[in-house]
Amino acid sequence: MAEYFTLFIGSVIVNNFVLTKFLGLCIFFGVSKNLNASVGMGMAVTSVITLSSILAWIVYHFVLLPFGLTFLTTIVFVVLIASFVQLLELIIKKQAPALYNMWGIYLVLIATNCIVLSVPLLSVESDYAFVTSIVFAVGSGMGFALALILMASLREKLAYADVPKPLEGMGIAFIVAGMLSLAFLGFSGML
Amino acid sequence: MKELWKIFYKGLFDENPIFILALSLCPALAVTTNVVNALTMGLTVLFVISTNNVVVSLTRKLVNPKVRVPVYITSIATIVTVVQLVLQAYFPVLYKALGIYLALVVVFAIILARAEVFASKNKMIPSFFDGFGMGAGFTIAMLVIAVIRELFGNGTIMGYVIFGAGYNPALIMILPPGAFILIGYMIGGIRLYNQRKDAKRLKGSES
Repeated sequence: MAEYFTLFIGSVIVNNFVLTKFLGLCIFFGVSKNLNASVGMGMAVTSVITLSSILAWIVYHFVLLPFGLTFLTTIVFVVLIASFVQLLELIIKKQAPALYNMWGIYLVLIATNCIVLSVPLLSVESDYAFVTSIVFAVGSGMGFALALILMASLREKLAYADVPKPLEGMGIAFIVAGMLSLAFLGFSGML
Repeated sequence: MKELWKIFYKGLFDENPIFILALSLCPALAVTTNVVNALTMGLTVLFVISTNNVVVSLTRKLVNPKVRVPVYITSIATIVTVVQLVLQAYFPVLYKALGIYLALVVVFAIILARAEVFASKNKMIPSFFDGFGMGAGFTIAMLVIAVIRELFGNGTIMGYVIFGAGYNPALIMILPPGAFILIGYMIGGIRLYNQRKDAKRLKGSES
């Protein structure tokens, strides 16, 4: 149990995917202008990462490994995840239109995103067992959501600040992300 | 010939993938802690994007537009796997240093964007030059960032000591926050330059 807890805290805070590994930056800077959108996006990313990690783990251990096809991992995972997200979108659209209206749009954006691809790849690389890989996936997704929500809250305040003209928009967003990353660096000695 | 040069040249500055289009930023921040890693990553992207543009351009009449995106992704993933295997076999140290970011070349927005915007509508040779220019622009941007980070964060360039043994390195430049802050100021600097240029042009047209 303790080992799961360590892994979970590790992937949420200490090795935060956005702020220490730079994964998922496109969404991070694209969506963080608005707090509501980033809550929706955080939830969507967390669930997609978890589901696709489960799927990728099964395919890797029952198809790629027994047949000695591990050199195809990258190709298989990309195609698997992209088609899985499309399928998920279709199912939600049909079965739960209300849910689709809420975060269907985010699903399209994350079909081929670096964070969704990298979590299954990393957990395969580190030889995680089934449950461990789920804990890792949930933790990584929640870490992403945490960073996104923090950033969105900061940027909503930033809208009222007097920023030098050339730094408006992307420039100041990067510098704020740098400060946030500096704060998260403080956790690095924790584990 | 002049046309081809123009196609190549626009990727270097006017439509530089990192500084102007702000695409594919993850690797620009993650592997620019030293110049060698940045150069390897840049050349990998250069190779993948030009090869993929050629493949997409050659198959553009065979592929049904409805399934084009999965076809592009599969093609990119195949080329990236080839690069991965070659690096793993001949440059294991570099392969380890680039780690997960090498596999993530598959989902770079810039590669898919060039296939969609340019290669799917143009002949093979212009498509190759378009990919080559974009890849070269990407490599240059990576090198600029990496030189600054390695020089100030470690006092070296490609492992050669520049500042002498007495230099006390600014460690933050190598750590993640330094990358974010540096890129933020670089974007600001480029925008300042463009704004000045526009202002000058405006003044010139008035008088």
